[in-house]
Amino acid sequence: MTRNRPDPSLLFHPRMPANWWLRKRTYFLFIVREFTSVFIAAYLIVFLVQLYQLGNGPGAYQAFMGKFASPGWLGFHAVALAFAIYHSLTWFYTTSIVIPLRIGAMVAPRYVFTLLNVAVWLAVSAAILAIYLIW
Amino acid sequence: MTVTHDILIVGGGGAGLRAAIAAAEHSAGLSIALVSKVYPMRSHTVSAEGGAAGVMREEDSLDQHARDTIFGSDFLADQDAVEALVQEAPRELIQLEHWGCPWSRDPDGRISVRAFGGMSVDRTLYASDKTGFHMLHSLFQTSLKYDNIVRYDECFVTSLLIDDGKVQGVAFVNLFSGRVQAIHAKVVIMCTGGCGRVFPFTTNAAIKTGDGMALAYRAGAPMKDMEFVQYHPTGLPGTGILITEASRGEGGWLCNKDGYRYLQDYGLGPPTETPVHRKMELGPRDILSRCFVQEDQKGRTFEGPHGSYVHLDLRHLGEKLIDEKLPFVRELTRNYVGIDPVVEPIPVRPVVHYMMGGIHTDIDAKTPLAGLYAAGEVACVSINGANRLGSNSLTECLVFGARAGRAAAEYALDQPAPATNPVEALASDEQRRLDAQFFRKEGGTENVADIREAMQQTMEEGAGIYRDEARMQQTCNDLRELRERFANIRIEDRNDIFNTERTGALELDYMLEVAEVIANSALLRRESRGSHTRTDHPERDDANFLKHSLAYRTETGPRIEYAPVSITRWQPEERKY
Amino acid sequence: MSERTVSLKVTRYRPGQDSTPTAQSYEVAYQDDWVVLDALNFIKDHVDGTLSFRWSCRMGVCGSCGMMVNGEPRLTCSAFLREFDSREIRIEPLAHFPVIRDLVIDMSGFLDKLKSVSPWIIRDTEKDPSEGEYLQSPKQLDAYHQFTACINCLLCYSACPIFGLETDFIGPAALALAHRYNEDSRDQGSAARWNAINDHNGAWQCTFVGECSVVCPKSVDPAAAIQRLKVDTAKQWVRSVLLPWGQK
Repeated sequence: MTRNRPDPSLLFHPRMPANWWLRKRTYFLFIVREFTSVFIAAYLIVFLVQLYQLGNGPGAYQAFMGKFASPGWLGFHAVALAFAIYHSLTWFYTTSIVIPLRIGAMVAPRYVFTLLNVAVWLAVSAAILAIYLIW
Repeated sequence: MTVTHDILIVGGGGAGLRAAIAAAEHSAGLSIALVSKVYPMRSHTVSAEGGAAGVMREEDSLDQHARDTIFGSDFLADQDAVEALVQEAPRELIQLEHWGCPWSRDPDGRISVRAFGGMSVDRTLYASDKTGFHMLHSLFQTSLKYDNIVRYDECFVTSLLIDDGKVQGVAFVNLFSGRVQAIHAKVVIMCTGGCGRVFPFTTNAAIKTGDGMALAYRAGAPMKDMEFVQYHPTGLPGTGILITEASRGEGGWLCNKDGYRYLQDYGLGPPTETPVHRKMELGPRDILSRCFVQEDQKGRTFEGPHGSYVHLDLRHLGEKLIDEKLPFVRELTRNYVGIDPVVEPIPVRPVVHYMMGGIHTDIDAKTPLAGLYAAGEVACVSINGANRLGSNSLTECLVFGARAGRAAAEYALDQPAPATNPVEALASDEQRRLDAQFFRKEGGTENVADIREAMQQTMEEGAGIYRDEARMQQTCNDLRELRERFANIRIEDRNDIFNTERTGALELDYMLEVAEVIANSALLRRESRGSHTRTDHPERDDANFLKHSLAYRTETGPRIEYAPVSITRWQPEERKY
Repeated sequence: MSERTVSLKVTRYRPGQDSTPTAQSYEVAYQDDWVVLDALNFIKDHVDGTLSFRWSCRMGVCGSCGMMVNGEPRLTCSAFLREFDSREIRIEPLAHFPVIRDLVIDMSGFLDKLKSVSPWIIRDTEKDPSEGEYLQSPKQLDAYHQFTACINCLLCYSACPIFGLETDFIGPAALALAHRYNEDSRDQGSAARWNAINDHNGAWQCTFVGECSVVCPKSVDPAAAIQRLKVDTAKQWVRSVLLPWGQK
């Protein structure tokens, strides 16, 4: 235990400026990454409503889906997709730091983990897209 | 305002922390103050790289370790102390392992050992090439376990408080407030390290200013064998940053400007591809440093902006070994000289590294002053004699730190509860002294840094690797003059809070004290032994000088006396490798 | 060796005299191989003795000399002046810490946090040193070795915006040290460290900004340590819920 501490009344306490996240590129990108969750959540709500409307029968569903042709909704989906992609890529990057990928006795470089996950993600996305197009 | 503890330790490095833990374990009822001018993890132990020696393998023996150490000391080491060191070393090193030290390991899980200068067997344990760092952090983190170890961080000790012929505590400047405070204790253990900063080029950190040496000296304790200053053969030119001996232990070569392994010309040959114990680059430090100077005099060294240098070639070791065994060396050379040792040789030259001398203690770390113990580089037991073998000093911190802690604990348990009044008065006196000489000093014309640089310059000239009467005498005279100039220093910083101009002046005050002891002790030793080499007395003279020097403080300078060396089983012989 | 000049804009704070920090500029002529610390020492020795700052080893291992250099937390003993193109270099005390004086910050809070994670070997049974070392294979050493490299320089705390906002956050270095001990094969103390790590000021305060690992001069990678602590404590929590008997 340390018994010697400075006199608190003489210390200067710096304050974080409210725009701290604009002062450094990495901080800004971090906030963007966190912000993506807003759009992911918003899209999820839209998707849940879409599923609910599906349950209400083809008429209600068609009426609901008709709304999405508007420029506003298309804009929303484009932005949400961009944030979702950024979200996913940053997710695969950060999890590569958390989980060391062991191959035998060696630990693989982190980008291997990221690339593998991105590859799987793209493959699954391609498969879903193929199912949609063929069906 | 005075605080009371049972035991007070000055200095929070390897020896200080080990002493604190030893005392804390000895009795949970003891209250231990650890006072340091820096946070413990900043202590200079942190910079040690190569390793700590101990007998760990069946093919090794305590006698061999003892003999190597005594031989390396040029027979000035006290052999009973060396026997205690080698005896207790293995236990201390294993204890450190139990406390979490991440020693490097063999495939079977046992602690690894490697070759080191002057050792006849591989016995240097290592934690990568940052052994001091790992040792210090393991000890510091372990010390946090003990509630009875109370730290006073960033408290700069300015004097030992003596009453009734006994050391009763310390006065210190609290760096946060700038005020003088005192701690009253039954016993004080000095663990403040060496004083490399009295020289201009040193591996030592800024904090190595001989504080504890000067404090004990002023209190009347004798300084033993101060003339023996170790130059480490491989420091970076200019900065003096340490390139560990382990780089030679792993097989590195020292080459002159012709790419020639010059050590073979000085009786350390024959040169071999892989290292042979005690030969060539694994010779002892004093001999290697002298070889450099002689090569330099022959004009066979490189010339650089920071003086002459030679090459430490690690290229043949390969990248894999360097990254595994010497990663910190690679990091240091890349950062500070822009060289990758995998592809280029490293420029190196001898730099001041370690003080074999220090406060005179016995085998239980006890000084002649009642109530004062000392351990680590600040102390001289002596186990290093006239020249220290690499990797013995980290071991010394552990063995004698523990001995000091235990001995101080026993002593403290025997002492009655102290009366604080004398200490209060002494602390007030100290505040007045410091105010008059430093804190509230008016006027003055001398710049602290100028005096410090002049001191370092004269020490380099007179107390370097090769010494002679005339230059040593000149240095003694110069130091007296600098002492007078010091009385006239100017201190501009009047703010009490974290005033480092004041601490810089206090440190210079200590350094001038210690420098004078070194120079005068050197002047009077009319022989060459270990790291003390004189061109006017080039031979070792056992008949007249097989003895320790003891320097006592007087107003006109040190009074040098002599004490016998303890010889048990190893009779002095010619020191040839 | 060529000589150039640079202007150092240094933060000053003198308690009792200054109510808030101010900046003071010094012109320094420097050699090519100077680091920022060399310039600061030149100022202290020959220009302005009243400037206070911490330093010691000047080789990047003691952790004393951390400061903000042009807004980035750096060890000033390893920041070469030639790295900086600008004619002016800003030197400020480490961000997010209370300032004691000039470039000296208050790190007593950090020492408390270090202690709070019980950073020492904890075992159920200990053996005497006479019985030899605890065996540890090179692979087992590798599992935690990088996390032993922390020099307590606090650059990671200055880089962490969460610590800047929530100063009770235990922080990267303390958490990395907790992880170091948890991963050490000789240690059996994960349960003892649980409360400190699992606290909302422990690992869970971290939102994985990741800057701590970027600025760490010793490549400790505290960000990785903290996320792994989250995984470990989450696993531990699940186990304690599903298998409440047989706790460690």
